[in-house]
Amino acid sequence: MKAKKNRVHSPWGGFFFVLPSIIAMAVFVYGMIGYTVRESLQNRTNSYTEDVFYVGLTNYIELWQDPEFTHALSNLLKFTAVFMIGCLLSGLIMSLLLEKGIKGEGFFRSTYLYPMAISFIAMGTSWRWLMDSARDADATGLNYILQKVGLGALQSDWYTSEAGSMFAMSLPAIWQMSGYVMALFLAGFRGIPDDLREAARVDGASEFKIYRHILFPQLSPTFLTVLIILGHISMKVFDLIFGIATKSYVTKVLAIYMWQVIFDFQNYAKGAAIAIVILLMIAVAVIPYLIYVNKTEEANK
Amino acid sequence: MLKKSKVAAVFAALALVVTTAPASTAATDKQLEIFTWWASGGEAAGLEGMTTEFNRLNPNTPFINATVAGAAGVNAKGVLVSRMQAGNPPDTFQAHAGEELSSYVKAGQIEDLTFLYKSEGWDKVFPKDLIKTITVKGKIYSVPVNIHRSNVLWWNPAAAKKAGITKAPASLDAMLADMAKFKKVGIDGIALAGNGDWAIAHLFDYVLLASMGPDKFNGLWTGKTKWSGPEVSKAIDYLAKILAYGNSSKSLDWPDAGKLVTTGKAGFFIMGDWASSQWQSEGLKLGKDYTWAPGPGTNGIYQWLSDSFTLPKGAVNRDAGIAWLKVSGSLAGQDAFNPKKGSIAVRTDSNPKLYDAYLQAAMKSWKKDRLVGSTVHGVNWGNAGMAAYNSAVGRFYSGGAKDKKGFVKALDAALKAHQNS
Repeated sequence: MKAKKNRVHSPWGGFFFVLPSIIAMAVFVYGMIGYTVRESLQNRTNSYTEDVFYVGLTNYIELWQDPEFTHALSNLLKFTAVFMIGCLLSGLIMSLLLEKGIKGEGFFRSTYLYPMAISFIAMGTSWRWLMDSARDADATGLNYILQKVGLGALQSDWYTSEAGSMFAMSLPAIWQMSGYVMALFLAGFRGIPDDLREAARVDGASEFKIYRHILFPQLSPTFLTVLIILGHISMKVFDLIFGIATKSYVTKVLAIYMWQVIFDFQNYAKGAAIAIVILLMIAVAVIPYLIYVNKTEEANK
Repeated sequence: MLKKSKVAAVFAALALVVTTAPASTAATDKQLEIFTWWASGGEAAGLEGMTTEFNRLNPNTPFINATVAGAAGVNAKGVLVSRMQAGNPPDTFQAHAGEELSSYVKAGQIEDLTFLYKSEGWDKVFPKDLIKTITVKGKIYSVPVNIHRSNVLWWNPAAAKKAGITKAPASLDAMLADMAKFKKVGIDGIALAGNGDWAIAHLFDYVLLASMGPDKFNGLWTGKTKWSGPEVSKAIDYLAKILAYGNSSKSLDWPDAGKLVTTGKAGFFIMGDWASSQWQSEGLKLGKDYTWAPGPGTNGIYQWLSDSFTLPKGAVNRDAGIAWLKVSGSLAGQDAFNPKKGSIAVRTDSNPKLYDAYLQAAMKSWKKDRLVGSTVHGVNWGNAGMAAYNSAVGRFYSGGAKDKKGFVKALDAALKAHQNS
């Protein structure tokens, strides 16, 4: 018996159990990040460069002079803004509706979550059909539905014209992820003891006030988690947009442009620089969160 | 003791993972690994025909098809680039003949095949214009197996009759006039396939050729004809006028845009002659359900593209690769492949009786027409230039065909992207 206990407590046993994953992480995550950084600082701008040397930040500076890069970046930022706000609002509203424990809650919960189970590519293909820009007599998909319900004036080019492309593109993403956001918020609500609400009711607080002053403040950790999850999904979005519009210029985002620069242009240095820009954008969102979580965990210990 | 043996077990397990992983992809000695994106329909059937011929000649060499399906090779090219860079090439791979191969040539990743042209006599049976185009500094790096024509105008005779159009337009202006007639009877003037930009770029490629003629057109790809010049400006004006007659859906793939024509919802369609084999596989009849003419203003000019096979340096089964290339260039191989793929043979001695009426006419033109390369399909520019060209056209199209200045600037940038790659 004693021997068994010892093994569990020995720090080395645990270390060796996680060693394979540490090695894999070191090589395939951090090693590759290091390799990409190195690549982005060198001059391999085509497939046949033999005299490889360091060029400092040249590749990064050139990115900002490349109109296609800035186009892809601004597309990505627009997408991120609409996608995050849309997901938060719809997820919150759905969780508020379900939170009360309405009849058939299980049914609604799984219905809202279901889009998560569909692959981005399959979803992209169907949303491409839904968001077809054909109008009036030729209309199909959403434009057809709009006409049938008497809102023909609202027919749109969806993602195919420059003005609204990224707003339309975030629709399927919101549709897919809002169920997940709802589930997270719902879990947050359920984690708040009922006593608190009852105490508030006894004190004569209105329902609105209970939410505003009792429930929402307690949801702020959930809120932060949701923001981070959505943010990093959005920054690296590729398959959803590729599934809908392939490499079309109008909806190009950083990940698609990076792929194109590496495989079509075979400009490895520039592709690596774009990859690092994406990584930094995600890091800006995630690292403060990790610090915050670590601190609160320390505090709770 | 117990601890140590556990550690050993972990390492043993790790070692097992490390050693078994490469073993599964290792090549056994006698086989041929071919890399294509022909996975369905007439393309797969054509490949099958050529494979049968290969197996007949090389019965002891199993044939391994490393297909990556779809999107005109868009996905396949990514996989291929990775494998070439990693020094793990297939024994032969499919690529468009022409500049698309230039990055592999410059990187020294594919072999010079000029010796095959001599030993197989291809230098005599392939057209001279074509050999000139695919020769880089005196060397030829691929074996073309088929020829497609990209400057073809397709339309639906019933719809044309409704609009009062009796014959194919002979110039860009005549085409615009006919598109106005289509519009009058409620038919879109032209079918556009906006998804992924390339089909619009394909249309622009034809408009450039039709409006400035083959000599100026060829100069565009080397920088001799200026993108900022008056000829391109005129072509862009034509493109904008043509786009205005297009269908309102901007997200179609080319087979769906083609369907607009065959169902009488759109008038004209500028698309390569693979459209014909697609429609025939849908049971439509040439001459009745759809018909064709050379792109208006490009009569006597054959804008071509070609699928070809190569021999990567360091191929594991080099002999098998060469055997495949011999089949690809042979009369039996090309006549087995092309009638099913819906393209014509590169060889001028191919047997017309095996081909349908459209392809027979194409074979005649192929022998006497002026040959000009297609940009969107890899003849004039390499992958980098092509991608930038497609983006430039996509930008113009999705911006409502208004920003002419920005378009010219982007096209100029595409030339630089090509020169830098």
